[in-house]
Formats: sequence, structure tokens, C-alpha cells
Amino acid sequence: MSAAGGDPVAAHVPPPSWPMLRAMVSVGLLCGLLITTAYIATRPAIERNRAEALQRAIFEVLPAARSARTFAWVEGQGFERVRVEEGEKTAAPVLHVGFDEAGGVAGVAIEAAGMGYQDVIRVLYGYSPERAAVIGMVVLESRETPGLGDRIETDPAFRANFERLDVALDSGGERIAHPIEAVKHGEKEAPWQIDGITGATISSNAIARILQESTVVWIPRIHSKLAQLDGGD
Amino acid sequence: MAAAEPGMEPKTADEFWKGLWDENPVLVQVLGMCPALAVSNTAINALAMGLATLFVLTGSNLVVSMLRSFVPKQVRIATYILVIATFVTLVDMFIQAISLDLHRALGAFISLIVVNCLILGRAEAFASRNGLGRSLLDALGMGAGFTGALLSLGAVRELLGAGSLFGLRVMPEGFEPWVVMLLPSGGFLTLAGWLLVFNAIERRRAPAALTEEAR
Repeated sequence: MSAAGGDPVAAHVPPPSWPMLRAMVSVGLLCGLLITTAYIATRPAIERNRAEALQRAIFEVLPAARSARTFAWVEGQGFERVRVEEGEKTAAPVLHVGFDEAGGVAGVAIEAAGMGYQDVIRVLYGYSPERAAVIGMVVLESRETPGLGDRIETDPAFRANFERLDVALDSGGERIAHPIEAVKHGEKEAPWQIDGITGATISSNAIARILQESTVVWIPRIHSKLAQLDGGD
Repeated sequence: MAAAEPGMEPKTADEFWKGLWDENPVLVQVLGMCPALAVSNTAINALAMGLATLFVLTGSNLVVSMLRSFVPKQVRIATYILVIATFVTLVDMFIQAISLDLHRALGAFISLIVVNCLILGRAEAFASRNGLGRSLLDALGMGAGFTGALLSLGAVRELLGAGSLFGLRVMPEGFEPWVVMLLPSGGFLTLAGWLLVFNAIERRRAPAALTEEAR
């Protein structure tokens, strides 16, 4: 009896698996080949774009810098000069030291990241050891709400917080005297406070938290090993 | 769209033109609303998302059409998704290679092209039942229609929400931007406006077409 005739056994005969397997494997291989080819073809351009974006950001947060060098933090030893090629990942955390025309340290650019309202926010901030303050901040990556949360990148009043944000160490020199904190818009009284954005509270608080968590780790390190961050080769 | 009945086969060029107007993906079929509303906050974002979708649609339609007699029907949807996801990965890499700023602006919506029902819909309803030429024209027409609709949304939203067009200041200095137009609610408002205009034009065309037919 045929399946069309209503034979319940024949009606449930599974379809042959070989054509399905052949199709899925072949299409999978074809797709893998396409992705690999595109990855190899676009990788140099992507890495170059990322390196250029980082370089632009370094000189934006350290306006007095004319050149920059990368240093890695090695636990127990301090800072070591590293040459990071395009696309290369370093095992140790790194920072970028900017040097002025005279070869002196113009500031240190540090990457930091943390959770925002929508997704992880990545920032680069500039620190001046001379002024003991954060002197600039740019958002490298964020998916905050257009028109609201993304004002952390565009709001001039919010950006003004980072022209001189106090991160001075205490008398012992091992801790920041007053960790960075966010306050409601218009309530900033102290130089270590960040004046928040009305309508973008979570995003502006996230920036304050990201900077606070990063500075409490990096600023004491930089001060303890400042002599290692020189401009000589 | 199912294959046309014998004797009712549309002209080949119609496969392209139908996507632009009569079966426009956004303004008639109301497909792909997620990127249409979320990424059309500026004209350049809308154009980039439209072109990315056009690329994915064209690539996936071509591959699905080529493989239509090779892929058993039981695994066709899984295969189509694999093909679409591949082209989305390619377009994601290409955009990163062209401009990181543009990639940042489009954000997660590039990856979400995978689940744009327009693309899977055209693969299942058209490319899997038609030859390469027709599938290519269908993809180009639908992609161009999608891009045009997104661009019309993006242009209005940027104009009213930021006072600019493609980043260039258009509105006078004293213009106060309507921030709501850059938010999702502004996307819905603008889409409603365009649907109103589109339907008004269609209603005017319909009696004219009937009169023409009667003659």
C-alpha cells in the first residue's frame, strides 16, 4: 500500500539522510571558505583602522603630546616598553605615554571599559601626572541610546568634566585621596566629581564608575614607577 | 512570491521594478521593521544599512537559487540561514574595513540582518523557485526598494531631529532640533507619515489604472 493510501508505517518513513547531510556539509564548507577568504582580505584594513582610531584618540586626550609610546605593566617589575604591531594582542595590560616636543611626559592615555545602559562602553582617558588629574576622555566604543545615552560622547557640558578631573593621591601616595564619583546635574561641588547628564543618568554614571575603577588601579602604579615611563629608546 | 502561472509569467524586468514600488518591502510588505526603525535616525546610517541589506539579499538569493535543486526541502531553512549569516559576516567585515565610525553607528543592527524577515522571505518564496537571473533582479529590486524606503525615513528624521542632512547643516541657526525624531518613537511617526503619503498616491493611481483598463 502506498503512503498516499494511508499506510501509517509508510507515511512515517524518514527521508534519506545522505542528501541532507551532503547538502548541509557542502553549504557549510562553502560558507566557511567565503568567511575565511573575506577575513584574510579585510583583516589588514580593519587592524589599520583600529590602530589609526586609537592613535587619534591618544592625541585627543593628550593635546600636548607630539609622539606616543606603549608600555606594558609587568607585575613585580613595573613598566616595560613594548612595540605593539597592528592587530597584535599583548598579554599584559598596556598604557600609552605621550611625549611633548621637549621629550617630557605630556600625559598617559589609558583604556578602560565597563557596562553601560545597553552594552559595554570602552573609553580612553588621558592622565597628567604633573596636574594629578584626568585631562581628557573619548568614548572608543558604545551602543548607548541615540539622543540620550550617547550624549556621553556629544554633550559639551559633560565633556567639560574631563578637562581637569582631580585624581590626586593621598599623603601615603598609594591611594587616590578622593575616588571619582558621579553627582546629579548641577550638583558638582568638588573637583573629583562628575556632573551627570539629565536623561542619561545610567550612561553618565557608568562613565564615572569606569574611570573610578580604572584610576584607583593605574594612578598609584604610574606614580610609583613614573621614572620608567621615559622617552628614551 | 510564488512562481507565476503559465501564461501569466511576468516580464523579467518586472522582477526588478516590483520591489521598488508595487511590492516595496517597507512601505507595502512592512518587512524588516527592526532595522528600518532603529537605524534610520540619520540619512547616512539608513543608506549604509540599506546597502548592507542589498548586498546580503543579492548574495543569499544567488546562492539559494544556485543550490535550489541540491538542497532537500527538510533542511532548506537551516541552509538558507547559514548562507544569510555568512553574507552578514562578510558585510560586517567589509564595513569595519571601510569605516570603524560607520560600523559603530550601525552597531548590533548589522548582525541582526540575519533575522531580517525580508531576506529569508525572498530566499524561501522566490530564489528557491526561480533561476539565477530572476533571483538576481528580485534581490536588486527588493534591496533598492528597502534602501530607498530607509533613506526616505532617515532623511526626514535627520532633518527634523538634527537639522542636517548627511551631516551637513540644512536648517537655519535658530532651529530647535526635535530630539524625539532620533528616538524609536520618531521612527514610528516618520514611518506612519510615509505610509500615509504612499497610500494616498496608490489610491490616486488605482482609479486611473482602472479607467485605463476599461478603455
